[in-house]
Amino acid sequence: MTAHLECRKLSVSYGGVRALDEVSFEVPRRSICAIVGPANSGKSSLLKCLNRTIDFVDTAKVTGEVLLDGTAVSKLRDVLGLRRRVGMVFPLPVGLPMSVYDNVAYAPRSRGVRAKAELDVIVERALRQAMLWDEVKDRLALLGTRLSGGQQQRLTLARALSMEPEVLCLDEFSIAIDPVTTMRIEEVLHELKRTTTIILATNLVQQARRLADQVVFLNAAKLVEVGDVVSMFERPRVMLTSRYLGGAIG
Amino acid sequence: MNLSRARIGERLIEAFIFLSGWSAIFGMAAITLFLLREAAPVVPRIDWHEFFTSTRWIPAPARGNEPHYGALALIVGTLTTTLVAMLVAVPTGLAAAVYISEFAGRRAREFFKVTIELLAAVPSVVWGFIGLMLVGPVVSEVTGAPLGTNLLTGGLVLGLMSAPVIVSIAEDALRAVPDSYREAALALGASRWELVHRVLFPAARNGLLAACLLGLGRAVGETMAVLLATGHANQIPHSLVDPVRTLTAAIAAELGEAPRGGDHYRALFVLGVVLLVFTFALNLAAELVVKGVRRRGRS
Repeated sequence: MTAHLECRKLSVSYGGVRALDEVSFEVPRRSICAIVGPANSGKSSLLKCLNRTIDFVDTAKVTGEVLLDGTAVSKLRDVLGLRRRVGMVFPLPVGLPMSVYDNVAYAPRSRGVRAKAELDVIVERALRQAMLWDEVKDRLALLGTRLSGGQQQRLTLARALSMEPEVLCLDEFSIAIDPVTTMRIEEVLHELKRTTTIILATNLVQQARRLADQVVFLNAAKLVEVGDVVSMFERPRVMLTSRYLGGAIG
Repeated sequence: MNLSRARIGERLIEAFIFLSGWSAIFGMAAITLFLLREAAPVVPRIDWHEFFTSTRWIPAPARGNEPHYGALALIVGTLTTTLVAMLVAVPTGLAAAVYISEFAGRRAREFFKVTIELLAAVPSVVWGFIGLMLVGPVVSEVTGAPLGTNLLTGGLVLGLMSAPVIVSIAEDALRAVPDSYREAALALGASRWELVHRVLFPAARNGLLAACLLGLGRAVGETMAVLLATGHANQIPHSLVDPVRTLTAAIAAELGEAPRGGDHYRALFVLGVVLLVFTFALNLAAELVVKGVRRRGRS
């Protein structure tokens, strides 16, 4: 079975400073891969390479490859299409300055869905998946930026899900939200795994342990160790891994 | 001793700052009072119905004739040149702001910002000259109009003058939209253009509106350029290439020949009051809009 997503000697540097150094690993389809590591270890840069949002960073230089279904994303002509296939949830919740409904309908509309009935279905499905529907179903016209932080983060998730991405990347999604919401989103992710490949950058080691099938440990721009969650936590081969995942450092 | 000297210094500075702040209010009040005082004596002698509905502006008639104060053509002249100016300045100004803020590289952005600020600082008499010598002949050539100085020329020149103001403020408003909005929209697969019109415009809407209103304010109050470029004919224009006359141009042209203290002189001050009311209304609108931005930013 081929990997759904593969990084091959992926390197990123910003104006000569290495943020990611020849990182290689594979992610099987319909699994959750947690990328763990301390701040500045290269997690966000890695995620940005996956849907090529790194293209917007003027100073960034990328070498190596990201393969999606065996195809190098750097060779893809349709970058906008790639970004719909690979969804992204950022660390801080961003309600776009439009209604809750329009936030979620944004991507489908970009893709050309115009029929109101069809949009209604997509919006409701995405909001339900993000466990936000019950809280906002009566105020879909409310400005997205008026929701609470936790709700906005689930709105961000719903927005990403509205595209039915085959890969969903989450960058420290729980950094700005409360533990209860975090747990609810974790449930959502567990549920989503049946249809979607999930890449989760986190510096919460326990979150990785709860959710992930596979763990990638980055430190100082380098990949230290990669393996399935059980062996990474219980029988790591590298000393640094056991110290980091064991909570001794980080 | 030293302490008390420092104290006195501080008091002086405080007093200076206080006075400077209030001098703005005082100055505005004084200008308004002055305009009203100079205008007041003629007010009972003006037929207000005629003032707003007639184009017969004959403030200094030949001996034995009644003066007429019909300012309709002047008001229409101001409104139409401003309208033409805004039709030119708003689309180009906003488009330029979008380009500078979203598409230009860092180097180009700096270059454009400096150039546009320079453009905003070009004296209005120079613009008038450009209207008279460059824009006018071209307009006349292209449209076949007998005169190069007309509504279209005046409007174009005013538009060119207002555009830098609009660009500068609109660009600031766009820059103020958090990058996280851009990231989020682009990560959803939005194209650059979709990002601009579906995310940035709504997010910066109030700032953009304020930019347009300030550009509008500049166009309404401009005197020198329109004096030179509009053709100075007291009539309601029936086409884009008819010469017109604005409130400001009428004041500037006639004040020198109106005997001080006479009815003509005072009637020009009435025009000044009308203009002040216009610009005040515009500024008030801009202020309310900007306040709206702040309130929304807070919640």
